[in-house]
Amino acid sequence: MYVSKTYRISFMFLVLALLCSWFLNISSGSVSIPFTEMLSILFGETPEITSWKYIIWDYRIPKAFTSILVGGGLSLSGLLMQTLFRNPLAGPFVLGISSGASLGAALLLMGVSLLAGYSSFTFLGDVSLAIAASIGSFLVLLIVMIVAQRVKDTMALLIIGLMFGSITSALVSVLAYFSSAEDLQRFIFWSFGSVGNLSTNQLLLLGSIVTVGVLLSIISIKSLNAFLLGENYAQSLGVSLKKSRLMIIIATGLLAGGITAFAGPIAFVGLAVPHLTRQIFDTMEHKVLIPTVMLYGAILMLLCDTLAQLPNSASVLPINAITSLVGAPVVIWLLVRKRKMMF
Amino acid sequence: MAKNKKNVLSIANLSIGYGSKTVANNINFDLEAGMLCGVVGINGIGKSTLLRTLGGFQPKLYGDILLHGEPLEKYTSTTLSKELSVVLTEQPASKNLTVQELIALGRQPYTNWLGTLTKEDKQQIQASLDAFLLNELRNNKCHELSDGQLQRVLVARAMAQDTSLILLDEPTTHLDLYHKVQILKMLRELAHDKQKTILFTTHEIELAIQLCDRILILDGKDHPFGDPCQLIEQNHFDRLFPSEMVQFDGKTGSFKVNK
Repeated sequence: MYVSKTYRISFMFLVLALLCSWFLNISSGSVSIPFTEMLSILFGETPEITSWKYIIWDYRIPKAFTSILVGGGLSLSGLLMQTLFRNPLAGPFVLGISSGASLGAALLLMGVSLLAGYSSFTFLGDVSLAIAASIGSFLVLLIVMIVAQRVKDTMALLIIGLMFGSITSALVSVLAYFSSAEDLQRFIFWSFGSVGNLSTNQLLLLGSIVTVGVLLSIISIKSLNAFLLGENYAQSLGVSLKKSRLMIIIATGLLAGGITAFAGPIAFVGLAVPHLTRQIFDTMEHKVLIPTVMLYGAILMLLCDTLAQLPNSASVLPINAITSLVGAPVVIWLLVRKRKMMF
Repeated sequence: MAKNKKNVLSIANLSIGYGSKTVANNINFDLEAGMLCGVVGINGIGKSTLLRTLGGFQPKLYGDILLHGEPLEKYTSTTLSKELSVVLTEQPASKNLTVQELIALGRQPYTNWLGTLTKEDKQQIQASLDAFLLNELRNNKCHELSDGQLQRVLVARAMAQDTSLILLDEPTTHLDLYHKVQILKMLRELAHDKQKTILFTTHEIELAIQLCDRILILDGKDHPFGDPCQLIEQNHFDRLFPSEMVQFDGKTGSFKVNK
């Protein structure tokens, strides 16, 4: 596609903003660590209070990297869905993908112990949680895709997504009613969303899932651009519809499902970030949009996590609440300002 | 076969439709390079179905579609995209594309896996912008354009795809007379100057008679095809509509309403 402008300066600015928000993110937390001390810790020195070193290296830095993966990945999945469904309001949350992941997680966290009669979570481990949530989101994505083939109306598609959300939350309620308080608590904490508490192995697994999703998206750049004209035009441009659609769906499912599995259902990032990105990067070229949307998402997530981590206090707000509080007004503002949302 | 070599598109004994429902039978015509051909007929007679079948969007029921002497089914989507481009009635999915971006998408069959535009691609895009008077609009978003301008952009995209055959489904609907004539004259120039074969469906029979090299009349029976004057002489247009309502005047090439 023809990119009329070069966005090099804006892009450099974004990278700089990412670095700044990364610093801000790791320098804030329940324990206040002076900035100079933090720098020296980052360069491998041992501070006066040795626990600071552990706080930075074992807690805050993995958390910051999780935020980057979660924010970047969710935003990318939102971009892919908006292009694939030709719908500016598509996103992992709106289309019920996150609800699917929730159902998968709920079935595992509450359903298994209900059926088997014992608390199985410790036995099953976290990888199974990721798998369950991913399967849940994949299933919903496939159903939405099949429905989208039949229903050309984009509004109908969104309503179907909302209905899926209702069905899954109803099923989750039923499960919750019958499960033990302990299991229920575990599920509720998961649904609050959290980017902390990931072990190195989990972080590596999340990193690999996101990497595969990003690689699949990069391979799909050309067909994504062709899809901007509609499927018939894309076909006439030599795009193999089945193959490229499948590739984009797998990428979306991996990104949205994998991230939701580890970080919980995080709202609005996937929907809002692609629109925020286009405020500055006013192009539809996915070659430009994919990296910038990911940068934007990572920055937004780092900032939201910084907000969630109230300075110098031990309490951490649920990240899902923060992203909703930030994201929903953004979507409303965009709608009011532009009258019509476009993708 | 020597005669057929010149033909870009040869249709023989073609039946079109959806599954068990046949829309039109026994369609025959040949088109050479540089010909502008209009497809006319009443609503629901199968004009769009014919175009969709020729464009490879739906399977034919019976008969032969030869593109450069090769059956259409033998083309892969990649090779076909270099021989056949389309302008459909549907609007582009994203109207947030600029004119230039949209036209550049026409170069996709020729670009590498990342869609990088070469010098030649950029020349083609520029040529399309020039041919359809879009230079000043090049950085406008598609949602800012009028219907006539958007139609020009979509045709320019098909031109940028640089295929020997271009199919257009009702390129003149929603346009006023001036823009209808403008689009059709531009198509005629494109066909004659660049030796493209252009086939379009239309309800503008009077304009088609004046501007097309060939006309295919879908009438549900014989589907007459030929030079517009020849078709007038053979009184084929008279039978297009019920004569108690509308009558065709062969001398002026226009329709008169019976009051």
